[in-house]
Amino acid sequence: MFNIYCPYCEEHREEEEFHPSGQAHLARPADADACTDKEWGDFLYFRKNPRGLHQELWQHTAGCRKFFNITRDTVSYQILETYKVGQSPQVKLPEVKLEEPRHG
Amino acid sequence: MTRFSGFSLFKNALQHQENWQRMWRNPTPKAHYDFIVVGGGGHGLATAYYLAKVHQKSSVAVIEKGWLGGGNTGRNTTIVRSNYLWDEAAHLYEHAMKLWEGLSQDLNYNVMFSQRGVMNLGHNLQDMRDIERRVNANRLNGIDGEVLDAKQCQEIVPIMDCSGSTRYPVLGASWQPRAGVARHDAVAWGYARGADQLGVDIIQQCEVTDILVEDGAAIGVETKQHGTIKAGRIGCVAAGHSGVLAGMAGFQLPIESHPLQAFVSEPIKPILDTVVMSNAVHGYMSQSDKGDLVIGAGIDGYVGYGQRGSFPVIEHTAHAIMELFPVVSRVHMNRQWGGIVDTTPDACPILSATPVENLFFNCGWGTGGFKATPGSGHVFADLLAKGRPNKLAEAFSMFRFYDGALIDEHGAAGVAH
Ligand SMILES: Cc1cc2nc3c(=O)[nH]c(=O)nc-3n(C[C@H](O)[C@H](O)[C@H](O)COP(=O)(O)OP(=O)(O)OC[C@H]3O[C@@H](n4cnc5c(N)ncnc54)[C@H](O)[C@@H]3O)c2cc1C
Repeated sequence: MFNIYCPYCEEHREEEEFHPSGQAHLARPADADACTDKEWGDFLYFRKNPRGLHQELWQHTAGCRKFFNITRDTVSYQILETYKVGQSPQVKLPEVKLEEPRHG
Repeated sequence: MTRFSGFSLFKNALQHQENWQRMWRNPTPKAHYDFIVVGGGGHGLATAYYLAKVHQKSSVAVIEKGWLGGGNTGRNTTIVRSNYLWDEAAHLYEHAMKLWEGLSQDLNYNVMFSQRGVMNLGHNLQDMRDIERRVNANRLNGIDGEVLDAKQCQEIVPIMDCSGSTRYPVLGASWQPRAGVARHDAVAWGYARGADQLGVDIIQQCEVTDILVEDGAAIGVETKQHGTIKAGRIGCVAAGHSGVLAGMAGFQLPIESHPLQAFVSEPIKPILDTVVMSNAVHGYMSQSDKGDLVIGAGIDGYVGYGQRGSFPVIEHTAHAIMELFPVVSRVHMNRQWGGIVDTTPDACPILSATPVENLFFNCGWGTGGFKATPGSGHVFADLLAKGRPNKLAEAFSMFRFYDGALIDEHGAAGVAH
């Protein structure tokens, strides 16, 4: 059971008060109409899904109802930090190599 | 290799069961194979079996980091059904269902496939409308299905509370008589034995740590225990770890890995001879041949690779099961475990070429791929052997998430496995 610190309520609360909302820091393309199918598909559907450190968006649904971010280890489930939307994480994530896809 | 038969059972009984042969070899890997399948779960082993059997490929290896079937194959609640809504999915799962129906004979290995029927409950009017729509769609696709009312549900499952006085009353159900359960380990072992017999090298305790890519084409894998193994074509069948393997080759998948758990009770006398599932209250139950109640739940909403589920889900599922089956309220739970399921945005699998040439993925089966094991292996073997998808696989390319041709099975799959 996670014991999550809500950066708005400034208190630790049980997991059940919160709702996970997936990968954090997904920026919606500024001009959606100008996107290629690839750019739009990447934004909508393709995710990091890392085994290790991950930044996630959570909502304090049964509390203040505000969205905030968590840096969490997806194997040990340890929560390293929580921070408000708009703030930058303190914990650095490892670099991921991405090659240019050839088809698609 | 001994063929299993009544006669061989009798003969070995006379020899105190001491002379059974090993079911598969434990070979050291060669430096090169025409085909490497990464992942020795049911789907990977079935892929290798059909590569050898249907496509007569003689240079095939399966590389598994742990033991055979130790992933989701050996952790699932074994429900097999094919009543999916959309044509593409219905055809794929029904292809698997037809293979299930002859699988024990084909493999000469008892996979204990038991067509005891699966009931998907409806708890409100919209559920019932969806059920009618799905059953009609199934029948148009030649898949068996019936719509039951609450009284008919009660006749089939006397221990279920169909009184109408529960928080989420049972209004009816869809019923697929040909659906049922099978023995998960036996499926992995049967395919492994069959593949080994046809010359496939099954390499256990060997973890793939990198996929070697040259000029945009995969040429082999790097392993922790046996160094580099080269390959003509590579098929990754790694369920919850697919994203990790895709990362090694330098691309992302439209997949998130979530913990999904199940539990079993102490063994009790037979009380349930079918499978009951409910999407609305998030619980489902069947009874194994040993007598334990096999109970399944919903996924945890966050990405997790921990192979354990969270406590709130256990509590939630226990509530649902007890409301449906008040009779089990004092049964003890024996064990609880989790697997890592690879969920896609449309709840349909990925059988696909990738941005890297000669590298193919079979994944995204999420919470419900056990039922597809034979079909998935059969179709993926075809894709690997020929390099292009056949009619059944066509719609399941990972590039559907770019062109928008999603196959939205959330209505038919949802939490249902
Ligand atoms: C609790 C639970 C209940 C379920 N219930 C049902 C159900 O009732 N009905 C149904 O149809 N489906 C169900 N499922 C889903 C089903 O289990 C899966 O979809 C299916 O078993 C996937 O099979 P697989 O062979 O693709 O994956 P797995 O059996 O997980 O095999 C993948 C293999 O890849 C190996 N691997 C991973 N990374 C590497 C690497 N780097 N190198 C080498 N090997 C690697 C793993 O060790 C693993 O053995 C359930 C799942 C869970 C967890």
